[in-house]
Amino acid sequence: MAEFRLPPNSRPVQGVTHRAPGARELRTFRIYRFNPDGGANPRVDTFEIDARSCGPMVLDALIQIKAAIDSSLTFRRSCREGICGSCAMNINGLNCLACTTSMHDVGAEIRIYPLPHMPVVKDLVTDLTNFYAQYASVKPWLQARTPAPPDHERLQSKEDQEKIDRPAACILCACCSTACPSYWWNSERYLGPAALLAAYRWIIDSRDEATGERLDELEDPFRLYRCHTIMNCTDVCPKDLNPARAITEIKKMLVERSG
Amino acid sequence: MSLRTPLRRVLGAGSAREGVHHWWLQRLTSVALVPLTVWFVVSILALPSLDHATVAGWLRGGTTALLLILLVLVATWHSQLGVRVVIEDYVPAPGARTVTLTLLTFAHALLAAAGVFAVLRVALGGPA
Repeated sequence: MAEFRLPPNSRPVQGVTHRAPGARELRTFRIYRFNPDGGANPRVDTFEIDARSCGPMVLDALIQIKAAIDSSLTFRRSCREGICGSCAMNINGLNCLACTTSMHDVGAEIRIYPLPHMPVVKDLVTDLTNFYAQYASVKPWLQARTPAPPDHERLQSKEDQEKIDRPAACILCACCSTACPSYWWNSERYLGPAALLAAYRWIIDSRDEATGERLDELEDPFRLYRCHTIMNCTDVCPKDLNPARAITEIKKMLVERSG
Repeated sequence: MSLRTPLRRVLGAGSAREGVHHWWLQRLTSVALVPLTVWFVVSILALPSLDHATVAGWLRGGTTALLLILLVLVATWHSQLGVRVVIEDYVPAPGARTVTLTLLTFAHALLAAAGVFAVLRVALGGPA
């Protein structure tokens, strides 16, 4: 059956508190901590910081905490401008990028957890191996039997380009897939919104010649049809993309092709 | 630690090449249920009383019996398709899933047959 409670050794316990006396603009961070060494349960540490001591985004505060309070705090980050997708995490119950989430928008108390229902490597770092393998499984590259013209690129009309413009803007941060209850229960077999959005991006690419094979590979009760249009994916996407619509379009194409 | 590659695990036994039929039937049965359910509710409400003789008399009409049989069949079919999805969602063990899905299909077939039989028995004027 689906698991509704965490196993006993995964339930977080109360951790340590770091106070910030005299802060002019106090923000309280409750951050999930897990250290794979030692076998202790995960804990939730409390960090108080003066919001005026760092930049305005949640990621700025995390960097400040790591630099000034606890250097063992572990999280992924790189571009700090919402294009690399590294700092995806669960902030006050919603998956988002820490670098594009303003502290102003999330209140004085900020709860930060790793992406839901994923194996945790350390603190806020989750193991995305399966997620990346699912992305690879949809063959996210151009497949065409016709060789490319020798003297120029494979051309595409402006309208056809606009169709793939949005889906191709996915940064693979995994916010959508890890927000999906269907993905929580069946992540071994359900591809999840991110991989399906990538598949859709290539299915509607006017230059691709493997549309049929791509649809064949997706037509499966688990790979595709675990989507029950819950729409959490579209709700949380930090790039404002619409994986739910892409999945529905795939389902419509499959119906149209069969009848 | 598994020695299989992540891609091997994701690809598994490959695509079942199946699911579009199930998905489409789910939509088709739900569309059919809209007029059937509205008809059923309106007809019941329009009856002068709900005593046994009145309802049995209503059921003896040919159109009523026909539509009621359709309602029973489409509703059980739709339910079978829907509950199947719930089982697939929440019962991950392959053996347990197969057994549950089999029992589920049998239960729905029984329900459908019992419903049709009940309608026919009253409609064709058997012992009430």
